[in-house]
Amino acid sequence: MSAPSHLRPDLAAIAEMIPEGARVLDVGCGDGALLEHLVRTKHVDGRGIELSQQNVNACVARGLAVVQGDADTDLTEYPAQVFDFVILSQTIQATEKPAQVLQHLLRIGRHVAISLPNFGHWRVRLSLLLGGRMPRTRALGYSWYDTPNIHLCTLSDFVDLARENGAVIDRALALKNDSVAGDVRPDSWGPNIAAQGAIFLLRKN
Amino acid sequence: MTETANPRFLRPLSAPGADAGKVVHFGADKPLALDCGRSLTPFSIAYMTYGTLNAGKSNAILICHALTGDQFVASEHPVTGKPGWWGMMVGPGKPIDTDRFFVICANVIGSCMGTTGPAETDPATGKPYALDFPLVTIRDMVRAQAMLLDALGIDTLFAVIGGSMGGMQTLQWAASYPERVRAVMPIACAARHSAQNIAFHEVGRQAIMADPDWKGGDYQSHGTRPSKGLAVARMAAHITYLSEAALQRKFGRNLQNREALSFQFAPDFQIESYLHHQGATFVDRFDANSYLYITRAMDYFDLAEDYAGHLADAFRDSPNRFCIISFTSDWLFPTAENKRVAHALNAVAAKVSFVEIKTDKGHDAFLLDEPEMFDTVRGFLNSVAAAEGVA
Repeated sequence: MSAPSHLRPDLAAIAEMIPEGARVLDVGCGDGALLEHLVRTKHVDGRGIELSQQNVNACVARGLAVVQGDADTDLTEYPAQVFDFVILSQTIQATEKPAQVLQHLLRIGRHVAISLPNFGHWRVRLSLLLGGRMPRTRALGYSWYDTPNIHLCTLSDFVDLARENGAVIDRALALKNDSVAGDVRPDSWGPNIAAQGAIFLLRKN
Repeated sequence: MTETANPRFLRPLSAPGADAGKVVHFGADKPLALDCGRSLTPFSIAYMTYGTLNAGKSNAILICHALTGDQFVASEHPVTGKPGWWGMMVGPGKPIDTDRFFVICANVIGSCMGTTGPAETDPATGKPYALDFPLVTIRDMVRAQAMLLDALGIDTLFAVIGGSMGGMQTLQWAASYPERVRAVMPIACAARHSAQNIAFHEVGRQAIMADPDWKGGDYQSHGTRPSKGLAVARMAAHITYLSEAALQRKFGRNLQNREALSFQFAPDFQIESYLHHQGATFVDRFDANSYLYITRAMDYFDLAEDYAGHLADAFRDSPNRFCIISFTSDWLFPTAENKRVAHALNAVAAKVSFVEIKTDKGHDAFLLDEPEMFDTVRGFLNSVAAAEGVA
């Protein structure tokens, strides 16, 4: 089943990875658009964690089981291997302890889908090289002093972190111009320059 | 077991013309087995209903009241004449919509608004129970509510909803009768009473028992009432229902009806007058011994203890949908305690939502105008109704 047009392309790509009837935890589920899509179309048993009270309310009104909480502190409470899929989209760079968050995701879920922006993209590199100031791009539009993205990394950095934490990378999809550009090899240098972001599908080795 | 209109309230509670609700009497054939080992028989449960039970009996919502609450959730209180204690929440078109749902609210066992409590006459002695009334627990209250539902012919509740001690009852419902309820909404509560909360309750109880008019609990036989002690208990408790920020915002150091400090002990500050008023009005509507019994029931509440200390086991394989609400400035049942319940539910993969609402109104926020709470309740009930195909 194809994803509806209202889903962000990276979320739609994650949705396509998830099998029918899976148990899914969406960490940082926002207003619940992805989770609701998965419940409706894939009949998943879905749960969410979300920081913003307004978003949690929107989720509750959609009939989703969402807990107001923080990826940095609340993942410890979830038992091991209870979810088939754990999703963390565009959030890991905003956590205080990305390595710990990643470890918990790999512990809680049998598969982990993570999407993140790429600080190694050529526009970012060029912006810093030529402009001499902290890069502000379309994908990363904040000033250095007010950005929630306190732990930005390149795709290569993330691949290193994943492997250091015992993760196997089953898939890597490059994100370009707000759309999914398809599977790439996580080790190749090309996407680390050309992709604005990526989705990684991981599991614990 | 017979059902009648509520004929009277216990001393001094009576107001001609007010809607006194209904009462179910449970005779010797239907004793209430209590956690303390004794059983209560005969006994009565006074309750109110709002809305209409549908043909499938699938739209019933039980609302559980707090420590000093009562069955008058959405109608005028027969003693004080004040509107229902959750009038903003319950009614036609309200978040708990009585055009859609059949709402039941029953006075808890041990209370004093028509349900059997320590002020009732003990049929064995012909005198008021006073301290001969058995100690009751939250689980006893819930067991009595289940018997009321049996009497009303309602097998399954669409939802059980309550704040504070009412929230404790909703958790007990989920643990004791998971198959008899679909949606569970604990608001501003905890799965156990904390040391600090037990401490505040003990202050209240000691205030009552230190009042010479308490007479060892036997004040009814002596024709006295420990109003001073009960008022002090209420004053102390009331502080815990508010927050420091709200007290400062509402009262600050403002003086009451005077320009300068009096250099005496009469109330100088507005906050003092306010607390005096809270205490004075409370004693007109509440029985002192009931206050002792119900605070004790809350102190004894520790849901995990029934499951070898593992709270999650109370909800294992739960078919219920949970929605937990806490308030940022509630220091009586802080977010951490509410979240502990959410975490236990997560641990057994129960369907749980949890919302923390930002407010400076403290624990009492659940009784007040909190639009985010109303939106949450409405949204949750709508979504469960849609999922379960109810009304």
